[in-house]
Amino acid sequence: MSFSVTEPSPKTKWFAGVMVVGYAIVTLLPLIWIIATGFKSPADAISYPPKVIFEPTLEGYVNLFTERTRATPEMLEAAGPPETWYQEIVRGQDMVISGPSRYGARFLNSVIIGFGSTALCMILGTAAAYAFSRFRVPLKDDLLFFILSTRMMPPIAVAIPIFLMFRQIGLNDTHLGMILLYTAVNLSLSVWLLKGFIDEIPIEYEEAALIDGYTRFQAFYKVVLPQAATGIASTAIFCLIFAWNEYAFAVLLTSGTAQTAPPFIPTIIGVGGKDWPAVAAGATIFLVPVMIFTILLRKHLLRGITFGAVRK
Amino acid sequence: MTTSPIDRVARATPAAAARRIRGLSDRTIAWIFVAPSIFLLLAVNIFPLIWTIRLSFTDFRVNRPNNDMEWVGLRNYQRILTDDDVWQTMQATAHFLIWTILLQVLIGFFLAFLINKKFRGNDLWTTIIVFPMMLSPAVVGNFWTFLYQPQIGLFNYVVAFFTGADPAGFSMIGDVHLAPWAIVIADTWMWTPFVMLICLAGLRSIPDSIYEAAECDRASKLRQFFTITMPMVLPFLMLAVLFRGIENFKMFDLVVQLTGGGPGNTTTLTSIDLKREAFEKWRTGYSSAYAVILFVTVFGLASIYVKALNKVKDR
Amino acid sequence: MNRILLAGVAGGALMAAATMPAAADGHATDLTLCWAAWDPANALIELSKDFEAASGHTMNFEFVPWPNFADRMLNELNSGGQLCDLMIGDSQWIGGGAENGHYVKLNDFFDANGITMDDFIPATVTGYAEWPKGTPNYYALPAFGDVVGWTYRKDWFERPELQAEFQSTYGRPLDVPATLEELRDIATFFQGRDIDGTTVYGAAIYTERGSEGITMGVTNALYNYGFLYEDPDQPYVLDGFVNSAGAVAGLEFYKSLYDAGTPPGSSNWYMGENIDAYKSGQVALQMNFAFIWPGVEADPNVGGGKSGYFPNPAGPAGQFAQLGGQGISVVSYSDKQDAALEYIQWFAQPEIQAKWWELGGYSALKAVVEDPGFATSQPYAQTFLDSMAIVKDFWAEPAYADLLIAMQDRMHAYVIAGEGTAQEALDKLVEDWTEVFEDEGKL
Repeated sequence: MSFSVTEPSPKTKWFAGVMVVGYAIVTLLPLIWIIATGFKSPADAISYPPKVIFEPTLEGYVNLFTERTRATPEMLEAAGPPETWYQEIVRGQDMVISGPSRYGARFLNSVIIGFGSTALCMILGTAAAYAFSRFRVPLKDDLLFFILSTRMMPPIAVAIPIFLMFRQIGLNDTHLGMILLYTAVNLSLSVWLLKGFIDEIPIEYEEAALIDGYTRFQAFYKVVLPQAATGIASTAIFCLIFAWNEYAFAVLLTSGTAQTAPPFIPTIIGVGGKDWPAVAAGATIFLVPVMIFTILLRKHLLRGITFGAVRK
Repeated sequence: MTTSPIDRVARATPAAAARRIRGLSDRTIAWIFVAPSIFLLLAVNIFPLIWTIRLSFTDFRVNRPNNDMEWVGLRNYQRILTDDDVWQTMQATAHFLIWTILLQVLIGFFLAFLINKKFRGNDLWTTIIVFPMMLSPAVVGNFWTFLYQPQIGLFNYVVAFFTGADPAGFSMIGDVHLAPWAIVIADTWMWTPFVMLICLAGLRSIPDSIYEAAECDRASKLRQFFTITMPMVLPFLMLAVLFRGIENFKMFDLVVQLTGGGPGNTTTLTSIDLKREAFEKWRTGYSSAYAVILFVTVFGLASIYVKALNKVKDR
Repeated sequence: MNRILLAGVAGGALMAAATMPAAADGHATDLTLCWAAWDPANALIELSKDFEAASGHTMNFEFVPWPNFADRMLNELNSGGQLCDLMIGDSQWIGGGAENGHYVKLNDFFDANGITMDDFIPATVTGYAEWPKGTPNYYALPAFGDVVGWTYRKDWFERPELQAEFQSTYGRPLDVPATLEELRDIATFFQGRDIDGTTVYGAAIYTERGSEGITMGVTNALYNYGFLYEDPDQPYVLDGFVNSAGAVAGLEFYKSLYDAGTPPGSSNWYMGENIDAYKSGQVALQMNFAFIWPGVEADPNVGGGKSGYFPNPAGPAGQFAQLGGQGISVVSYSDKQDAALEYIQWFAQPEIQAKWWELGGYSALKAVVEDPGFATSQPYAQTFLDSMAIVKDFWAEPAYADLLIAMQDRMHAYVIAGEGTAQEALDKLVEDWTEVFEDEGKL
């Protein structure tokens, strides 16, 4: 390879490396700032000028997970000494814990709705993709375009009739409603991606199985599914990331029961002003799964974000 | 392929009989497989769409259940298309769209070009660069308001560090002239990796042999860039522009969290305006017409663009 | 006074328990109360423990932060949701709540239980409970009195060197301003000043775009310069009242205050941001609703005597202040209305109202605020009373949201974005509002 004319010179590589690493560091700064803010005290978080070096505290995380009440000195006295480390942190602010916050419930909603819609989407999507890949479906191209076009509509525009419909049939602010909605939104992506993955599986495998006496259905789940497993897994992660991060539908269609974390996190407030460390803590916890998924997805990233238009 | 008890049973059964008993015709299977998806899409996408079109000709309001609904013909459409404020939001959207795409294409392509130099660890750094685009836009927008705070935010201090300006001297989301750029910067931060990835795929799709042939012809590097690299990457770039264009035309979450549409209406993108009409004023009929106009615009622009894209691809 | 009252509260609560009808038949219900997420809400949780003990019912709370409060809750009401049994809804929702049937009418319930609106501060009854305004039709019980007022850094005002400099510049002592113009002078005086090594600014004022912020701020200037919502003799006639010469002067004043005396970047600030700026020592003055005062008093940086309070200063056309606050209503979609009414009955008791004030809730009950010890019970109590005497509120029409959005739009465009003139902004506001009333069939 050393003679290859297309191999860049070491100097070029060095220059490219420095530029890219430089960009990566700049682009990571806001992320690092979010994570760091989660470990600041509320005063340090809004200190002027901003503090780069600070004494880390878990106050933000405690505030994220608890509801607190300002206590009068009499109440503090009556409550006795703090029993746990987190009670102690709260006492430091002259407050007592009055209960758990809603963050846990919102996070759980995100998990239920995210995984629920992803599972449903995979079941429906794999079946449809298989049919589109292997059979002659009437109006196939039109149907495929129709499925894709549903993703082009602005969510706010779609939300008006969906709001009316959900209200009518009692799906407003329910987990089921959100699962169905996210499934519908994600279906287009899944069908397109999965069709690509299934197209790549040689049709000969199934034909051999059919000759062996398998029914079509058996051939599907015993031959095709295992072969498509990687593709299904990466498609699933894409659907999950969408449902996980979605905001517009969630903010309009959910409130008390089925609200997910993205509409909730920006509204975390502390006593009086905005509790930035708690917001940052909430954001950090919420970002971790997505970062892990990103790393898992590296190889299929491109296909996923381009609806399978670009394969690498 | 492994064999399981079921496989052995299946094999023991004569093929034709098995198909007759347990198998369904391909055509039936095809329908069973496709129908649930189509049904869900019809119920959650198409039915509501038709409903929207119907409502767009009425003066229906969700928050006035006691009022009778009246047919108003095309009045809603006429009101929207002659409203200066609506055109102002279109302008804001256009500014946002054009600049985010331009910046993301320039930076994204340049990054991809560098990463394609295959320095050591380029895979690791690519993954790191990609993080921002995987985050929740609402959470990102919310946090950027914090980064943009003049006295306490990181952004102003970074700018001050490089330019020597006073970090408290300017406000990215408070100033009419800076706010449209504040949303462009945040969106560019988040989505440049997207364009970069697609460009990278384009660059990697070019076979080395073409460059080798060019090298034999003594074509200069610059000439190679313009005669080989650019034309080969162009379809990919156009695809990236298509996706970013559709996404940013729909833009709501990031910007609504970042500026709320202000100051004044400088960053009130069409989606934000629509949300106000539909879910704050509850002018359901009016906003349905608004939604229909947006559909038509997106589809129209996207289909023209896709035609152009196909032409480039076929070349 | 607090201690004596507190002793009474315990006794009162016990007596209340004995008279609670639901406790008698032992039928326990899960009630959900919806309100904004803020300090008073936490105090209400504390207060409601008495109710839970007395009635056997369980209280759940759904608190939504201010910027989303109206959006979320009106969405809930408009979709006929059953999330909330009790709603402490914003004062401007009363018209829509009544006309669209979201709230239960409470007249019969009040009569049956000896609750009379004469016992509450008149401004709060008009503001939070009545629809149409001025008629004895009640859809809520005044729950939380609130009004825009000002907080200032007493410790800075008292510095001799600053006092001397202010005296020589403006020819009067640095003290609580008597007029809005004086307030602007003070804000300008502090703007960009170096205090203990940091640059500080004049005043944190309401400028928020997305919900109701700038409207709740700018009205404090508009009212005092002569703005009226409509012709006092002819309802819904706006021209010449909304955009009168006085109104224009008031709007210009607010912009001049924003331009000359507020921290850079305070272009989208509401209650929370103002508190942050004040507590972190960035500003000398802060415009905010009275609910924050207990929190300011208790703050380690600015509390404990370092802060003072004063009502919105007068302007050429009088002295008014923007009303905030809420009444508590029973949601008509709830299937637990009886238990919800029980809560209101319990909440209306004087002992409970006294404890409400004690915990940081602004009671609207005359018996509490007219108690001789009230004005001196907290440093801000007198300011609260003075402010409640001069309140005015925004439209409470069913179309209030449309009216508010138009106002937010026009005010933010002029004050913050600097588009056009004050006259143009108010003229356009008249057009917008007229269109809304035409759509509503009121014109």
